[in-house]
Amino acid sequence: MTGQREKKDDSMRLQRTMLENYYEKLSRAKESGKKVVYTFVPGNLNELLTAFDVLAVHPEVNALQLGMRKKSDEYIIESENDGHSEDVCAYVKCHLGMMNKGGIGPTGTKIPPPDLLLLSYTGCATYLKWFELLRERYHCPIVMLHVPYVSENTIQASQIKYVADQIRDVVVPALEKLTGKKLDKEKLGKHLDTSARTESHLMDVWESAKHQPSPIDAFFGGVYYVGPIFGAFGGLSECEQYYLKLKEEVQERVQKTLGPMTPEGELKDQKWRVVIEGTPPWTHFREFWKMFYDEGAVVVSSSYTRVGGYYDEGFRHDSRKPFESMAEYCLSCYTNRSVSSRIDILERFIKEYKADGFLVNSTKSCNSFSSGQMLILKELERRTGKPGCFIESDLVDPRYFNTANIANRLYSYFQILERREGKRTR
Amino acid sequence: MEMRLEFDIHNTSLEELIQYCEDLYHDLELSYVKKWKEKKGAKAIGFMPVCVPRELIHAAGMLPVGIMGGIDGMEVVRGNAYFQSYICQIPRSTLELALTGKLDCLDGMIFPSICDVVRNMSGMWKLMFPQKYVKYLDLPQNREKQGREFYSGQLECLKKDFEEMAGSNITDDTLRSAIQLYNENRSVIDELYHVRSQYPSKVPSYHLYLLMRASNILEVREHTKLIEKYLSLVMANRDTEVKDKIRVVLTGLFCEQPPPILIKALENSGCYIIEDDWVLGSRYYEKPTDERKPLEGLVESTMNYSVSTATRYEGEKLKGGYLIERIKKLRADGVIFCAPSFCDPALLERPMLQKALLKEKIPFTSCQYSENASQMQTIREQTGTFSDSVRLWERA
Repeated sequence: MTGQREKKDDSMRLQRTMLENYYEKLSRAKESGKKVVYTFVPGNLNELLTAFDVLAVHPEVNALQLGMRKKSDEYIIESENDGHSEDVCAYVKCHLGMMNKGGIGPTGTKIPPPDLLLLSYTGCATYLKWFELLRERYHCPIVMLHVPYVSENTIQASQIKYVADQIRDVVVPALEKLTGKKLDKEKLGKHLDTSARTESHLMDVWESAKHQPSPIDAFFGGVYYVGPIFGAFGGLSECEQYYLKLKEEVQERVQKTLGPMTPEGELKDQKWRVVIEGTPPWTHFREFWKMFYDEGAVVVSSSYTRVGGYYDEGFRHDSRKPFESMAEYCLSCYTNRSVSSRIDILERFIKEYKADGFLVNSTKSCNSFSSGQMLILKELERRTGKPGCFIESDLVDPRYFNTANIANRLYSYFQILERREGKRTR
Repeated sequence: MEMRLEFDIHNTSLEELIQYCEDLYHDLELSYVKKWKEKKGAKAIGFMPVCVPRELIHAAGMLPVGIMGGIDGMEVVRGNAYFQSYICQIPRSTLELALTGKLDCLDGMIFPSICDVVRNMSGMWKLMFPQKYVKYLDLPQNREKQGREFYSGQLECLKKDFEEMAGSNITDDTLRSAIQLYNENRSVIDELYHVRSQYPSKVPSYHLYLLMRASNILEVREHTKLIEKYLSLVMANRDTEVKDKIRVVLTGLFCEQPPPILIKALENSGCYIIEDDWVLGSRYYEKPTDERKPLEGLVESTMNYSVSTATRYEGEKLKGGYLIERIKKLRADGVIFCAPSFCDPALLERPMLQKALLKEKIPFTSCQYSENASQMQTIREQTGTFSDSVRLWERA
């Protein structure tokens, strides 16, 4: 089914170097006099933050990376011992537990405490409590960027104005105060232009999955592809370089009719094309991935890779209207959209990417994603006629990943596909 | 069950009044709402916790109806098919009520921003009940001028929507009059809470809870009269015996509501509940709303005078200040953190509040519930032990 063992692409190596350097910079932030701003991934304002030359920390990225490295459970238990309920978001508990135990991040370097908490309240109500908890701990300034929920199917002008006004009149002054310098509008404009081009490169990568066979896995590979742009690199030229390299590699795979790389080599025989709704179970990411490639399933599109930014309908950052464009970006994130709008997006993915079916991975920690997913499943099956599969796990709490149950469910699902679609040659 | 629209409030006894409230509480068919609509020829708008501007609904000649899930003993079957096991109870039971036709009498539903579950419910509702008016109300977390302007715009939209639904204009005068009625209502509710804190044996929290739940259903004037009557009846009772119980503040119940047996269990375990945050929307503003410029008054109340609760961002204010202030003012002995299972806002708020209480050496205990919980033995034992420990050690 798969070819040679995993071979690292240049883009992967490049991303790894970018991340290592970044964590290194973070660990030396205090010595180098760099200010550290904590903020969240969805709809983040990295173009603006980097215009002020501050370093961003995304707590949920730290949590997910700790989950991937099997370190999250001890931190979650640390937080539960500190008074947190078993019922609440494991990202929060993992991150707070890590900070309680010395703040050593996923790569083994120290994550510095925040100089400012930029509470970008986008698409997740838990963010509010998370940063309140951090503020109580670090007693540092906090600035709220309230991004209203797009409950109708389109973003309202009043919503853009509300967010843009806050960025201009609340966030920028807070960053100016923190850094002691005025906003360099030219630099911001340059970052926004870079982001706009980068977003188009990423879209080219996503759309490559329309090819058959697909040259990418838009979920298991996709979560790596979104790392730089959704993280601390959005707007920087090194970010664009990464996507140019990635695009080049993907185009080469298209030309050679190659499938995506998996941990066990190239996925050569693509039996099933599926769309995934929901977040990855980070603690068992590779096990979960294997359940797909062992069955010849490739993910051709996913909603999780639209959490940081949604470019599929043409949105691009725009230096001609910097604040409005950043506002629109914040508002348009996948988890900030109505259930109906999410169904429309997934329906389009299933149809345009010619998927055989779709899978919903519902995670205990993320009500923003999970609440409504059972209706999403039902509605998508009705609209597309494609079978859906529903599984439950968690983001970083390994106690909620039941390997046997999930494997059985997936195996049964692929059997259903087999019966419906007829056996294909692999 | 057939609910009476007109309750003979003047000639009622305390027992009859509480029985009326119990009937309202158990009336899942919303027969009061149906009869009110029939009599007035008007519409009714439902809303989820915590707070919506009921004044605007009233000013449009419609009835605001608070929907707070099911009650203990209610069977939830269809609602469970839409929510995973790790999601709280209130969305399941609310959807069950709707899917079994019990909310058919509501012409619309408003989902205020409380948490992601209720937020997403607004979209589910739109898809599942397309013939109904559905609105998500984003309460501003930015309390500066940007938030004020945004919220003002949202209220303008609601006003327009309600005018269209009701087929009549909401004038400044009608809104002013509605604000006055709700100010009066909050004022008698404040009095009710004050009397309970003064004479907790006269006003059992079970009574107070039922009276508060009635505010979800009854037309505001009826509710005001109901509380006034209740207060006159209990104050006529000269019995001022106070049992050796501790005075506790109960917090975390602002969305999914506790089953009445939980309240009884707490009070039977040596605790007088003297403050709580259930049915919080009916006492959401700490000051009367200024009716001179009515729409602005509503914005002002939400922005500046709403109570501290886990769903609201409060800027640089340190957590626990509001709670400690209440504890001191009411001479409470301790706090019971009582949150619904899987309630992210309440449960994430809890450690911050607990740390603030520890600094002040205020004792507390914590428990979790769901609206359909039927066994209270563990909670009773826990709070009983808490009460004993406070009486034996803290007071000494």
